[in-house]
Amino acid sequence: MSLLDIKNLSVRFGDVTAVPVVDGLDLSVAKGEVLAIVGESGSGKSVTMMALMGLIDAPGIVSADSLQFDGTDMLRLKGRQRRHIVGKDLSMIFQDPMTSLNPSFTVGYQIEEVLHQHMGLKGQAARQRALQLLDRVEIPAAASRLNAYPHQLSGGMSQRVAIAMAIAAEPKLLIADEPTTALDVTIQAQIMELLVGLQREQDMGLVLITHDLAVVAETAQRVCVMYAGQAVEIGHVPQLFDAPTHPYTEALLKAIPEHSQGQRRLTTLPGIVPGRYDRPQGCLLSPRCPYVQARCHQQRPPLDAHERGAARCFYPLNLTAEVA
Amino acid sequence: MSAVLTARDLTRHYAISRGLFKPNAHVQALNGVSFELQAGKTLAVVGESGCGKSTLARALTLIEEPSSGSLQIAGQEVAGANKAQRKQLRRDVQMVFQNPYASLNPRQKVGDQLGEPLLINTSLSRLERREKVQAMMQQVGLRPEHYQRYPHMFSGGQRQRIALARAMMLQPKVLVADEPTSALDVSIQAQVLNLFMDLQEEFNTGYVFISHNLSVVRHVADDVLVMYLGRPVEMGPSEQIYQRPLHPYTQALLSATPTIHPDPSKPKIKISGELPNPLSPPSGCAFHQRCPHANERCQAEQPALRLLDARQVACHHVEWINS
Repeated sequence: MSLLDIKNLSVRFGDVTAVPVVDGLDLSVAKGEVLAIVGESGSGKSVTMMALMGLIDAPGIVSADSLQFDGTDMLRLKGRQRRHIVGKDLSMIFQDPMTSLNPSFTVGYQIEEVLHQHMGLKGQAARQRALQLLDRVEIPAAASRLNAYPHQLSGGMSQRVAIAMAIAAEPKLLIADEPTTALDVTIQAQIMELLVGLQREQDMGLVLITHDLAVVAETAQRVCVMYAGQAVEIGHVPQLFDAPTHPYTEALLKAIPEHSQGQRRLTTLPGIVPGRYDRPQGCLLSPRCPYVQARCHQQRPPLDAHERGAARCFYPLNLTAEVA
Repeated sequence: MSAVLTARDLTRHYAISRGLFKPNAHVQALNGVSFELQAGKTLAVVGESGCGKSTLARALTLIEEPSSGSLQIAGQEVAGANKAQRKQLRRDVQMVFQNPYASLNPRQKVGDQLGEPLLINTSLSRLERREKVQAMMQQVGLRPEHYQRYPHMFSGGQRQRIALARAMMLQPKVLVADEPTSALDVSIQAQVLNLFMDLQEEFNTGYVFISHNLSVVRHVADDVLVMYLGRPVEMGPSEQIYQRPLHPYTQALLSATPTIHPDPSKPKIKISGELPNPLSPPSGCAFHQRCPHANERCQAEQPALRLLDARQVACHHVEWINS
């Protein structure tokens, strides 16, 4: 059984008639698996995970057929019950380490708080464990850093502290929302290696939310590509990168400079993501898709499973057998 | 072919006050940077945050005076220029900033913002200015009705187009772009990069392209300047540097950059630690604490830039590292 099982998740802001920000998303993560959610800004990557953790406030409306995490339906939990799970079995790392730590408390205090809340550790025991955690995330001179405030740490160090807090209660699923976007490449490489190392060591599920396809290619096992709130393609690494089946995935890959080496111009997908008022009637990609057919303008394609995953397209690419 | 921008030993130091009774500390934000930029070519400056990229941009755009060294723009020496000459120099160097949400005036219509450089620097009539602005808007892919709109009505990609259009209004000889696409999504980044290339072809502008994204740099650059803690460590033709980086820092930087088709046979070069504190830079080579090849000589002696294999490298051990 999978660790996380999301069925038909929708998130709206406003009333039920509002355009969904996340639209009928199905997603599952197995124990010990690294799943990446890729998409451009506004595609609903972060909102999906915030809905799972119960962080969507009014006027946001979350609806789903099921939001199963480790056998519990997260959707029907009361606040108190949810707080026993979130931060313990299910924890998250955010994009900007400078703002995700509390500037008024020392790093040690913030880690110990997690240990106190979820593991029942106090005093010296908590201190010891916090020190071990800082060591584990490879912070040099960990003992002296326990009393440091977040502003005394660099971006990379702060992100390590945030990771230490997230793994303090030995979570079963770790969600990393753009964990390296704010960091330099050499630091990014260090942090990704640390995350993957921790994931293997503790056999956690890891959901990596990112817009950087190259990071995905190097770390994830499975990928979910999102566009305008919908999952448009789900596939395995590296097959998805070698032969994408959805036109949007193909376009994203082609837009990366690495793909057009030696060429003067990059291949682009014309136009921008549809907004609230210009959502097309048919396939959401239809106004921008280079392979568009008459049918695409009228009907919305479902997410159909195929030999190598699933694609939300009437005419998927790079497949040997015809699906539709 | 003539150089539109020539920098010789450009240096910029900042004094940091440490309180009333202590002497000031000095940060050497930029130290001995020299290069030449030809018209219609692109020089990319790469390095991690704090390596002096943005300080270089500020010196090149005359926002700040360099502490020492010389800078020539289109053959004109900056240091000795009088007021009128400086005004002309400022026309010749324009800049595009990283964040298009902060670099446009939210209370001014797009058309007026694009016309302002012409209003200040030329004696064109209102109608002529409007015509020029609309021609430029068309060139960067904006529609005529956008003339009357305010910046908040545009997406990030469109705003960066506006910022680029504004910089190109006076047809500068040099355009300094400081991380122009790092705030944009991949598909939008590709559109904006294409626009950069098209405009360069059209106006034969020299670009100084500052970025930490090495795959973007590889696409746009003719020459690459790699910086570490205010100093150039390697400079040369882009393709050569990407094919065979010589300096250990360049090697680590390229190896750390994730790629779509990772090659498992090539192990990643790991460098530990972070950029040292610029207030107390390490002795000798600034990179020696993180360098896998460092020895005593690197601790003691600062390597100078040397000409090697058609490029400049600052490392004592280039030969045996790469042999």
